[in-house]
This record gives sequence, C-alpha cells and structure tokens, in this order.
Amino acid sequence: MEEVPHDCPGADSAQAGRGASCQGCPNQRLCASGAGATPDPAIEEIKEKMKTVKHKILVLSGKGGVGKSTFSAHLAHGLAEDENTQVHQSGSGWSPVYMEDNLGVMSVGFLLSSPDDAVIWRGPKKNGMIKQFLRDVDWGEVDYLIVDTPPGTSDEHLSVIQYLAAAHIDGAVIITTPQEVSLQDVRKEINFCQKVKLPIIGVVENMSGFICPKCKKESQIFPPTTGGAELMCKDLEVPLLGRVPLDPLIGKNCDKGQSFLIDAPDSPATLAYRSIIQKIQEFCNLRQSEEENLISS
Amino acid sequence: MEAAAAEPGNLAGVRHIILVLSGKGGVGKSTISTELALALRHAGKKVGILDVDLCGPSIPRMLGAQGRAVHQCDRGWAPVFLDREQSISLMSVGFLLEKPDEAVVWRGPKKNALIKQFVSDVAWGELDFLVVDTPPGTSDEHMATVEALRPYQPLGALVVTTPQAVSIGDVRRELTFCRKTGLRVMGIVENMSGFTCPHCAECISVFSRGGGEELARLAGVPFLGSVPLDPELTRSLEEGHDFIQEFPGSPAFAALSSIAQKILDATPMCLP
Repeated sequence: MEEVPHDCPGADSAQAGRGASCQGCPNQRLCASGAGATPDPAIEEIKEKMKTVKHKILVLSGKGGVGKSTFSAHLAHGLAEDENTQVHQSGSGWSPVYMEDNLGVMSVGFLLSSPDDAVIWRGPKKNGMIKQFLRDVDWGEVDYLIVDTPPGTSDEHLSVIQYLAAAHIDGAVIITTPQEVSLQDVRKEINFCQKVKLPIIGVVENMSGFICPKCKKESQIFPPTTGGAELMCKDLEVPLLGRVPLDPLIGKNCDKGQSFLIDAPDSPATLAYRSIIQKIQEFCNLRQSEEENLISS
Repeated sequence: MEAAAAEPGNLAGVRHIILVLSGKGGVGKSTISTELALALRHAGKKVGILDVDLCGPSIPRMLGAQGRAVHQCDRGWAPVFLDREQSISLMSVGFLLEKPDEAVVWRGPKKNALIKQFVSDVAWGELDFLVVDTPPGTSDEHMATVEALRPYQPLGALVVTTPQAVSIGDVRRELTFCRKTGLRVMGIVENMSGFTCPHCAECISVFSRGGGEELARLAGVPFLGSVPLDPELTRSLEEGHDFIQEFPGSPAFAALSSIAQKILDATPMCLP
C-alpha cells in the first residue's frame, strides 16, 4: 500500500495508466492501453449545448449536510424572482421539469419510479448519467444554470468539471458550516478547485448561529471553535460571501418544496441569502463584461 | 446469499462488525460512530473504528488523533491506538495524508482498491466490536465495503438520519441498498432531534421532527432512539474529547448510552 494517496490523472489524460498514482489501481491496464486517450466527443457537444446558458455556477462542499442543495434551491428561487430571468424551451432533447415558468430542474430523482429506489451505481455509470444531463437536457435560453453536487471530491465532481471544461464555468460557491469538522473537509474542496483551476466565487457559512424563535437570543449550535469560515477564508484568500443563520422554517419549507425566501421574508436568514445572491450576480455580471471587453478589444 | 468462510486473517479476531450508514450527508454518521465506540468501550469492550470516508475522514479529529503516524507490522498496518490500555483503535485515510488540506481526488476503482486493503491489511487483533464509518450515499465505497466484509458476516447496519423529509427521502434509499446487499438493519437513529435553547429552555425542532421514528415504523426496522442537538457534544467532537466520560449530564448522553445498550443487547454473547 502506498504511503500517500496520489490523484487519479483522469482516464483521458496523457498520463492515464502511466502515472505514479496509477500503480495499484484496478483500471490501470485499461487506461494504459489508450482506451481513454481520445477526447470524449461529448465535451464539444456539451460546449455547443451550453452556448445558450449564460452563467454556470457549481455549488460544492467537501462536507455532507452543510446545505448545498438547500442553498442551490434558494439561489435558484432568488434568481427566478426576477421575471426578466427567462427560459425558452425549444422542445428537443430531455425536458427539464418546470417549477415556475422561469425555473427548471433536472435531477436523477425524476428518473426513479419509487421513493425507495436506490441508485447503487459505481463511478463509470454515474459519469455516464452526468454526461447525459449536460449533453441531452434541452435547457434552451437560460441565464443561470446552478449545478448542485454531492459531498466530496470524486467521480461526480471530476466529471462535471471535465464535461463542462470547454463550456466555461463561471465559478464555484462553496458551502460550509462553522465547525472545524466541516472546515477540514472544505479546505480540501478549495484545494480541489485550485487544482482543477475552477474559479471560486466565494464561501457561504451556513447554520451560522441560531436565534431562538421564542426568546430571540442567539446560541451557537455548531460552534466555530477554530475561527469559522471567516478565518479559513482569510487564510486561503477566498471571499466570504456571507453567513446564513439556522432558521427552523428553512427545513420546513424545503420539506414542503417551497421558497423560504417568500415564506419568511423578514427572517435574518432571508436577508443573508439575498445579500449572498446579489454578490453572486455581481460576480457573474463582472465576469461577463470582462469577457465581452476581451472579445471586442 | 452464501457467505464464504472467513479466511484466517486480520479480521479473524473481530467478534462483531457494525456498519454506520446513511443515504444523507451531514446527519452525524461519524458522530454516532465515535460516540457508539466510546460508549462500548466504557462498557468494557475492546473497540476498533474503521473510517472508510476517503474524501472527508472525520474520525481522527473527533478522537483527538490527527497527525498520528501509521506503522507497518508483520501482519500489515497497525491501527492507531487511542489509549494506553489499547481498548480503542482507529484506521482512517486521514492518517495517510501528507497534507491534511490536500484533497483525495480519486475515482471509484482506486477508492475500491484502498477500501479492500483497509479491510484486509489492518492488524486489528482481538476486538469485541469493529465500527465502520462510511461516507454518505450508495456508491463505490459502500459496495466495496460490504463486499469486502461479507465473508466476516457483519452484525448489521446502524442507519442514521435527521428528522426532516429531505433526509428521510435519502435514507429510504439506503434501506433499499441494505436490503439488496443482504445487510441486516440493526436499527435507525434519529440525530439532531430537537434543540433546547440554553437561554429559555424551549425545545425547538430545528430540523423538523418525528421523521426517523416514522421511517422505522414504515420500514419495519427497530428505532434505536433520538439524539438531540447538543453544543457540548459538538464541542467535544471538535476538540477530540471523550463526551461519554465528560458530560454524563448532557441531553445527548442519555440517548447515546441507551443506543449503545440496545446494540449490546442485540449482540449474541457467545462466539460463533
């Protein structure tokens, strides 16, 4: 067993099967044979498909259960509140499921016939599904595509980055909670983004303090024992987009499939979400105008 | 499903193996694994913890063992002992990382290979219980772990959830995984089950309520108990302290002790 795990160079990299990290991997012979060497044609196809998608944002975390999906859903709700954010559905390919006229969703959840069905897939099959989601879903004209991911730094993450490589991802929003047990995984996620050269829009510290609905006093359910996201962001030089406190109504709204932002417009959590969403929009608009300047110059 | 006879090897001295699973991330698998191990140890048992979460190994920190070195012995890798009496030991990919902030960016086949090695090449010695902490989901790591452990006939799986529907939705799928892979579900633990405000003592359902017990009822599996949110528990885990020993008065202590006792009661006492 090697002392230190090294990274998989990727099945289609020039180093596939040949790198030091490939020793001992069950796929080594397959990769070394050059089976993965030719670039996947899907990458170009996805680049074409993504031309009608203005901004692509990945929502990541090293840690599970910090609120990636909750944040993704509310980022989508928040952006969709602007009725000018539009989608035109042209009718070819897989259709996203529309929650509002201008808010569509695609998820493997829609493909399962029962709530008890388990997706017990190994990496290669998961990669295939992700490729289909990116290549075969007809998003039409979309201002924002938000990609919610599972926790970790594995097949799903590598595949999304790989398949969107030619289509340019605006950046990643990284979610954490305040305690060190989360931060230690999130530092790895930031390291991963830097390795694959994915721009980081910023970090959101979720579940950051709890205000008792009865006495209105604040407590720390997940204490920031090592300085929380603020110190981590300072150390790693990434922006802190904001802190979202715990509000029992968030979970309730997610369970009912509703927008918490509409249900509790005055909650400190709603105000935090809106401020963060605005910063994300500013980042994306700035990036867009920088690109336009580059093209016109 | 026929279980092959266990080959004499590093798991031959392990009496009972328990997997801690959840479909959902962040519900407290590592927390429950750690506290269960500590509680079993306090009940006089010899316990090992195998942390097969390769992307997010949390257990070394929770037990104050970050930065410990792993040594080779003649039977393979020696697990890290957490106490002089060697009553609690741990193996995690966390010990193998040169730089703790560096991401382990591996695809499935390589993760599977490491998990197989963790199962067969760690010299656990004589253990009453091996608690196996897993990452969220139903993928490579889970299949590799179940397959590698199958010859040793694990006692079963302890499935962790939080009360709200989005967790229950994922955990239902995990129960299907257990059924399909022939893994017995020892029971469901509902974690983060309410928070008592330290200022006014009101109990608030931060992550909704009741889902875990309802799921256990629907799925026909035992409900092992609800563990409330407890900042003292979180702090203990952050600082690598023994919560079971230090906070017997805390709200989570009673729940965790009761769960451990149910596991002990469900464990056959005589050797197979």
